Amino acid sequence: MEDTAVIVAFYVLAIVTLGSALMVATVRDLIHAVLFLVLSFVGVAGLYITLSADFVAVVQVLIYVGAISVLMLFAILLTPRSGRDNASVPYAAPIGVLAGLIGAVIIFVGLKTDWAKADGGNAFETTAAEIGKALLDPYVIPFEVASVLLVIAMLGAILLVRPSDGGEPG
Amino acid sequence: MIDLEHVLVVAALLFSIGLFVALSKRNAVGILMGIELMLNSVNLNLVGITVAAAEAAVALALAVAVYRLRESIDVDRLNLMKW
Repeated sequence: MEDTAVIVAFYVLAIVTLGSALMVATVRDLIHAVLFLVLSFVGVAGLYITLSADFVAVVQVLIYVGAISVLMLFAILLTPRSGRDNASVPYAAPIGVLAGLIGAVIIFVGLKTDWAKADGGNAFETTAAEIGKALLDPYVIPFEVASVLLVIAMLGAILLVRPSDGGEPG
Repeated sequence: MIDLEHVLVVAALLFSIGLFVALSKRNAVGILMGIELMLNSVNLNLVGITVAAAEAAVALALAVAVYRLRESIDVDRLNLMKW
């Protein structure tokens, strides 16, 4: 890939991601907010590709754009009488100031830190093969713990929405 | 190559937007959307997608369970444990 093309793509994708994230905060309908959230996830997947993290980009599309957004749409559609409006609390302005301040602090610390000291190690040609080797050789225990965590979360989600013994749901 | 600082600034902006959404929405699914935005911004710097998927599944199941009990997932009306 051309170097300038990657940089232009990074900024376009960054604008798409941040713009649709802002739309999540401002749009009125909750369904529209979920759809803008999906656009923001797609933008983040594109950002991964510009950062040469191709495997993470594919996983981002599979998990966030595929699974989590469908889960959210189902949660909204299964709760019909709770209203579809994406309303904010009355004291949204001070929350915005607080969030802006925290973002400014993070940006300040990120720009102030001397990242040249951090050694990035060797850059990989393709990430998928390296990630596969790393997951099955040195990081096999964290990998298995993560799968146990996913099984427990799945069982917990099923248990929470399972009909009780009397036949009545909940 | 893209400068590391630019990635950090984008991730920080995404994090603060997610924080605003999570703190200001009345709907429980809206709050969860803000949390997902924040997790995404952290994932841009570090990678931890497994935890995000597990958390989303459990939180949305909780939202559906609460809706069955109270017919509402407006967090202003979920004040059963408020003293």
